[in-house]
Amino acid sequence: MKTKLFLPLLLFSVLCVFTGCKGNKDEIYYLNFKPEVASVYDEIATAYKKETGVNLRVATAASGTYEQTLKSEIGKTDAPTIFQINGPQGYAAWKDYCADLSDTDIYKHLSDPSLALRTEDGVYGIPYVVEGYGIIYNEEITDKYLALKNRATDISSMEDIKSFATLKAVVEDMTRHKSELGISGVFAATSLKSGEDWRWQTHLANIPIHYELTEDGKGLTTIPDTADFRYANEYKQLFDLYVNNSTVDKKLLGSKEVADSMAEFALGKCAMVQNGNWAYGQISGIDGNVVKADKVKMLPLYTGHDGEERQGICIGTENYLAINSKASPEQQKAAADFLYWLYSSDTGKEFVTNKLQFIAPFDTFEKEDRPKDPLGSEVYRWQEKENVQNLPWTFTVFPGQNFKKDFGAALLQYVQGTKTWSQVVDTFKNRWAEES
Amino acid sequence: MGRSLKRWFPVFVLPLSLAFLIAFVIPFLFGIYLSFTRFTTVGDASFVGLSNYVTALTKDENFLRALWFTVKFTVVSVISVNVIAFLFALILTRGIRGTNLFRTVFFMPNLIGGIVLGYIWQLIINGVLLRFGVDITYDATYGFWGLVVLMNWQMIGYMMIIYIAGLQNIPPEMQEVAAIDGAGPLQILRHVTLPLVSSSITICTFLTLTNSFKLFDQNYALTGGAPGRESSMLALDIFDTFYGAVGSEGVGQAKAVLFFLIVAAIALVQLRISRKREVDV
Repeated sequence: MKTKLFLPLLLFSVLCVFTGCKGNKDEIYYLNFKPEVASVYDEIATAYKKETGVNLRVATAASGTYEQTLKSEIGKTDAPTIFQINGPQGYAAWKDYCADLSDTDIYKHLSDPSLALRTEDGVYGIPYVVEGYGIIYNEEITDKYLALKNRATDISSMEDIKSFATLKAVVEDMTRHKSELGISGVFAATSLKSGEDWRWQTHLANIPIHYELTEDGKGLTTIPDTADFRYANEYKQLFDLYVNNSTVDKKLLGSKEVADSMAEFALGKCAMVQNGNWAYGQISGIDGNVVKADKVKMLPLYTGHDGEERQGICIGTENYLAINSKASPEQQKAAADFLYWLYSSDTGKEFVTNKLQFIAPFDTFEKEDRPKDPLGSEVYRWQEKENVQNLPWTFTVFPGQNFKKDFGAALLQYVQGTKTWSQVVDTFKNRWAEES
Repeated sequence: MGRSLKRWFPVFVLPLSLAFLIAFVIPFLFGIYLSFTRFTTVGDASFVGLSNYVTALTKDENFLRALWFTVKFTVVSVISVNVIAFLFALILTRGIRGTNLFRTVFFMPNLIGGIVLGYIWQLIINGVLLRFGVDITYDATYGFWGLVVLMNWQMIGYMMIIYIAGLQNIPPEMQEVAAIDGAGPLQILRHVTLPLVSSSITICTFLTLTNSFKLFDQNYALTGGAPGRESSMLALDIFDTFYGAVGSEGVGQAKAVLFFLIVAAIALVQLRISRKREVDV
């Protein structure tokens, strides 16, 4: 008797192990992109459960691994109901999984519907956070520079910097006076370690490519097959300025990470760093940071383009929420309800403003709901400036990770002296053509 | 006895073969199928024939470059790991003081994970290279020798233990007899000791060969392929292809199948050759 039962039992248990438990059908599964706010989502899940009784499960992909996590998660029976795509490129990869969101409440409340990721057939991604980046500077140090008697420039405030030429003159003069200013370089290390080079291969490259695509009359809806990198020399001007006036010798940039640069800025070892408003937490979170909250300001990325006096910072998003079209209609509905709750209810908005610190692009947010961190306020200041044209995030049409990785590697080799600038430009053009 | 064995055979074999089927055979066959398709998630794939293989071998120059880098690395590290491990084993079977301590110390790096070792060695190597004003990303040669050093550091202790076990199995009389017959230490090593540990040599070369070929964590953590992709080995290249670009998953999968064929072929040839040299005591 015993022996007869044994085999089926064993089989059963093996099968149990391998099939696993199926997920709860009326649960919302959100695959979060931002590790820095992972713990906030746990609180949100608790609050949502309390208010509505619906289960929200949030998983977070480790930094830089979102695409691969999504690839494996979405193939499962218990797939994410809400995930995020990073723009036209992300939509091209995930279009089979993106539900049409044009009837959702969250879409109707977008303050600018043109921000949404759309095709002729519908709306497939809703931006949930708007971010801005430029050159972050420590006003305390620049004030000290402006107070110098023997400085070579004649600007009266940092607001007078309206072109690359002025920026270059100020930066190079600051480098000459660096011991008086108490810094070891004007710019924080140009982090070029593989995987840590996105500030250059993506964010800085936004400027020349934005001008190029605008000139060619191309919008952000299609992915160009080729790019000329026509303004490569303008890119090079600012990039060289970073590298030559840095805290770190250029041969050593290959091991520097973004966190190193932000730490240098926080500790007052440098006056400027290129980054965005998301980095404020990184600045204020560093032990022994000396940067005062009201002294953190942002400048546009001037590259020497014609008419750049009116250029603003880069404001846009690469974070679009999508709902899994392969989930059941009830699950899709539950997901849309949750998103609307998060960005419209008082509890939800409280989380968004104070804990997630997102600049949310929805009309449910009033002026007093804005995040109050200094860099977030800087983004608003630039957004509201008159006669200034802020640039969109054109880099969302860049080809995939391989293109960015190779461009970043070429930049490093250029800095180390093993590649010429024209080889870097060739890498950019060839890899773009091959990858898109 | 035979009959009851036959009757109980399924009870003992079935659970394991079921696990093997689910965790190995099915994913493996599925993987081969996927290498002929274009897919984003494994759930829906469309058949594209051989085009992934064509891309991997012709359009994508990274695969062949990574293959060549891997072959060079494997040759150097198989030789260095085995020679050094065997020397350590010889020294540590002579009954010198502190033998056990040394054996433990040499074995310890093997207990640390590859990613951790990679980052530790990156710090060490960069620390040295900084004195010359460069770092490990400057030249693929630095990455290459860095990987060789790392591999040696990690594998020598393990191989040493296997060689020690082999050496201790040799009856001491055989070496004594050879000595009485007038053989010098080198002759004894060459004609008595080495043939008698050849089964350990088989195991050790097999392990070092396949491990060097499949190296991933250490490569990922130490250089990440820098500069560019010049120091990426096969496994890292497959990983980058799979996740690096939209729609290139199938190519990554095709590379993985080629990778499997290469590793299997090399391992089989190596086993056949070194088996021939083994002698029974």
